[in-house]
This record gives sequence, C-alpha cells and structure tokens, in this order.
Amino acid sequence: MKDLKSCVLELLEQNSRLPIEEMACLLNASMEDVAAIIDELENSRTILKYATIIDWEKTATEKTNALIELTVAPEREFGFDKIAERIYGFSEVKSLYLMSGSYDLAVFVEAENFKDISLFVAEKLAPLNAVKGTKTHFIMRKYKEQGVPYKSEDTVKRLVVTP
Amino acid sequence: MSTVFEKALCKRIKETPPSKIRKFFDLVVSTPGVISLGVGEPDFTTPWHIREASFYSLEKGYTTYTSNKGLIELRRAISKYLTKFDLEYNPEDEVLVTIGVSEGVDLAMRALVEEGDEILVPDPSYVSYSPLIGLAGGKAVPLKTSGKDNFKLTPENLEAAITPKTKALILTFPNNPTGAILTKPELEKIAEIVIRHDLIVISDEIYAELTYDDVHTSIASLPGMWERTILLNGFSKAYAMTGWRIGYACGPETIISMMNRIHQYSILCAPVTGQLAAIEAIENGYKEMREMVISYNYRRNSMVSGFNRIGLDCGLPQGAFYAFPSIKSTGLSSDEFAEKLLVAEKVAVVPGTAFGEMGEGYIRCCYASALSDINESIKRMERFMQNLDKDTQKVSNQ
Repeated sequence: MKDLKSCVLELLEQNSRLPIEEMACLLNASMEDVAAIIDELENSRTILKYATIIDWEKTATEKTNALIELTVAPEREFGFDKIAERIYGFSEVKSLYLMSGSYDLAVFVEAENFKDISLFVAEKLAPLNAVKGTKTHFIMRKYKEQGVPYKSEDTVKRLVVTP
Repeated sequence: MSTVFEKALCKRIKETPPSKIRKFFDLVVSTPGVISLGVGEPDFTTPWHIREASFYSLEKGYTTYTSNKGLIELRRAISKYLTKFDLEYNPEDEVLVTIGVSEGVDLAMRALVEEGDEILVPDPSYVSYSPLIGLAGGKAVPLKTSGKDNFKLTPENLEAAITPKTKALILTFPNNPTGAILTKPELEKIAEIVIRHDLIVISDEIYAELTYDDVHTSIASLPGMWERTILLNGFSKAYAMTGWRIGYACGPETIISMMNRIHQYSILCAPVTGQLAAIEAIENGYKEMREMVISYNYRRNSMVSGFNRIGLDCGLPQGAFYAFPSIKSTGLSSDEFAEKLLVAEKVAVVPGTAFGEMGEGYIRCCYASALSDINESIKRMERFMQNLDKDTQKVSNQ
C-alpha cells in the first residue's frame, strides 16, 4: 500500500471536504498524524487550494470558456517562464500549460461571454511582444472536468443481497 | 405444482437445501428504502477500457463459439499472470476457462467425487461448495474455523477431520464471509498434512488480489502441491466483472482434461465477449484494479472501526471485502439480529449462519459499499443496539 502522505493527497483530491476524523478512520491512522501531514502539505504548497467543481450551466451565472493556442518567442535565459508569468497574471486565465507540438502555450480562459473572450485575446494577449500567433477555440460543451463527468452516474444495478 | 415432476425429481436435488441467502433476499426486496450491506460483489462498474474492448469485439463480429477450453490468447494471458504467484501452467492443456469460479467448483466435484467420498469444507465459507459436493454424490464435511483463531483453518482441526474416506480439501482463502487469509507459513503446515494424507486440494482464490496487509500465497506454489491442486480463480472480484461470468481452473493436464470433458458437454465454452473482455482486463487492467483495492482498504478500515466503536467486536479482515463482526454481545442469534435490524433500521446484513454453523453469532457486512452508506448503516446499527439495551433493561426490570 502507498505511504500515508500519498493516501491523504488522493483522498483530498477526491473530496477536499473530507473531515480529518473520517480520513484518519479510512487510513487507520491517528487524527494528529493526518492533521500534521495536511499542515506540511499546505505549508509546502503541495496543496495549492481547496476548490470545487461546479456545473455552472445549472445556475443563472453566464460563463464562456475557450482554449487559446499561443505560439510565442521564448526569452534568452528565461525560456518560456517570463511570458508565461505575464499571461497567467490575467484573471481570465484559468489554466496555462507549456505544450510540445505545433504551438507553445495552451491558455484556458473564462469570461462572461464570447465578446469578452474575443476582446481579451485581441487587446491583452495578441499585442504582447512575445506572442507570435493565436488560435482561439471556444468550448461548446463540457463533458468531464478533472475526472468528474458532468452527467450523473448511472443508478446502482447490483442486487441487494448476493452470496 | 406438477405431481408428475414431483415424482420424477431426483432425490439428490430434492435433498439439496435452497440457499439461505435467497430467503433473506426475498425479505430485503420486500422492504423499501433499505441500505444493503448484504451484497457479494464490487460496487464499481467494470472499468471502461474493458467494456470498450467488448464493444469492439462485437463490432468486429466476434460472436462465435471458442475452443472448449477457452480462447488460447486468454489462456496464455492467464498463464502469464499466474507467474506472479510463482505458478506455472501450460496454457495448452493446464488452463480451462469456465463460467465463473462456481462452474470450476462444480466441474472439480463432478470430476473427482465418487459416491460417499468426503470433501472437507471450511465453515463458514461461500454457500455453493457443500451443495455441489452433495449433488456430485459426495459428503461435505465442515472444517470448523472460529473467531478466536481469526477464522483461519488450523492444522489441528484439519487433521482431526480427516478420515479414510476423505478425498479432498476445499480451500477458500481469502475467505467469503470472514475475510480471513492464510499466510505462507500457515499454508505450509496445511500442505504438509495434505501431502501426508494424499489429499487433493481445490483452492478457490477468487479474492487473491483483494489481500490487504500481506501478499497472497497460492497453496499450489508450495513444494509438492502443484500436482495435487486445482486452482480456481476468475475476473469477478478483482476487475469488478461479476456479471461477465468468466473464471478459470488450472491444474495438471490429467484433471483439467477431465473437467473439460464435462464442460464441453454441459457448457461448450464460456461466452466469447466475456473472454475477450477478460483478456483486456488481465493485460491492461492492473491500474484500475489496484485503485479499487485501495478504495476497499479505506472502507474496510472505516467499517471495522465503526463496528468496534458501537460495541460489535470485529477483527480487521485481511482479504476479500467483507467485515464479519460478532453480534454475540446482543444475545441475539445471527438470524434474529439480521431480521430485527432490517425491520427496525432498514439495514440489510447477511446472517453468518448462511455460510455454515460456525457463522452463528456473526453477520457478514460488505464494505464494497458507498462510504456514506457505511457511515449511515453504522449510525443506524448503533441506534438499534441502544434500543436493544433499553428493551433488555425493561425486561429485567419487570
């Protein structure tokens, strides 16, 4: 079996609201040990944040998402890091990854509507000196987020008592 | 009711008792809103890549019979997989693909048992061994295991149960319902007795992958045991594939060919779609399987600590996915406890006696259940126990 730290992380990744008491019970460990591990993981920024996955379509809040492929010119000594830092500073940018393949940076952005995203690309991203090209793909529908399907899981099909 | 059939029915089947679980099942289904810890299968659906492989096989038109023994590709994959337990079987003639382990048990019994042969079966254990022994004309002899030994089969009990009529021993570890396992040193002691008395072993290792704090050892891997062991295993529990009904039997060609002789007339072959899915499972299913085992392990800890907290003494099961707490402190029998709990709190557990006499005083609870269901069941059982105490006090005050 895995070490306690990995187990704590996996449990929190599945449910960040799991009480320490329950986690200790699942892991057959003491509450003190689990709490100490969580403190250590938070202090070392191994745990960055406790977030929630939300299906915004079920709410009145308007949200539009897009994936923007960026080709950029890396800087001498800093590579892609400097330009990445300039880009992820924008609050519209939800995720940013350096990619292999035909483009360099994958930028996942979120705004209220199509127009806001278009303006963001045209006025904020494209004018940056290091940015050589952009390709914007609007996300039409989300099916699965961080391992969780949006559609509810099928009902239980097991019989209630089996040998 | 047909009096014609009443007269025509064979004595053996009439004398075979119906499964006690079936009776309990009827009671549970007639009670709405039940949380059931009475299941005997994973709560995961078969991993997607395995299901996807079966769609692909149907698209490609794999809808025919296979060799009686099963697809050679599957038998080769099984043979390769078993090397992790230090076992070597020739996929050509020492591996037989069956309809789950249940068919393997049936085939083994029909191939081995003569009228009056005694077959030793750990008590408690899975419900089908004794009836299948009886149907084959043999006599099932219970090998008592008890809570004080963590339901392990002891050499003393084994030795005491052997008579000149004893032909074989069924080993069922990790055990359903107790979760007991036998470690390598413990199996070595069993093997010594088995060899000394020249017995056959039928080893049902369907829960081998669901061993938590130890490494599973197959008795067939011990010196002098390969040649006298029928190893039974399958895909149901480890890969969450209960409904696919794919198992296998391995052993020397002498016995496998005879089991195949029965299988070819009664079954012909296991369904091809299931066999192809099983190939995908055994070749590419390790990661998902381990994730499921880790999840069972968490829930095992949670359920067992919950039982002990509310006063139901429960050892930590070492394998399978069942906790087997003692309910002796309540003064109720297993049947009474299960029925009263169902009526009062709508929690279904299986009375230990469904698995043999030695299950009296215990209940089987499956922790392959949602954590929220486990926690809610424990709460309800705690309330049930408190109300029992109140009732007892009332009676003693009267």
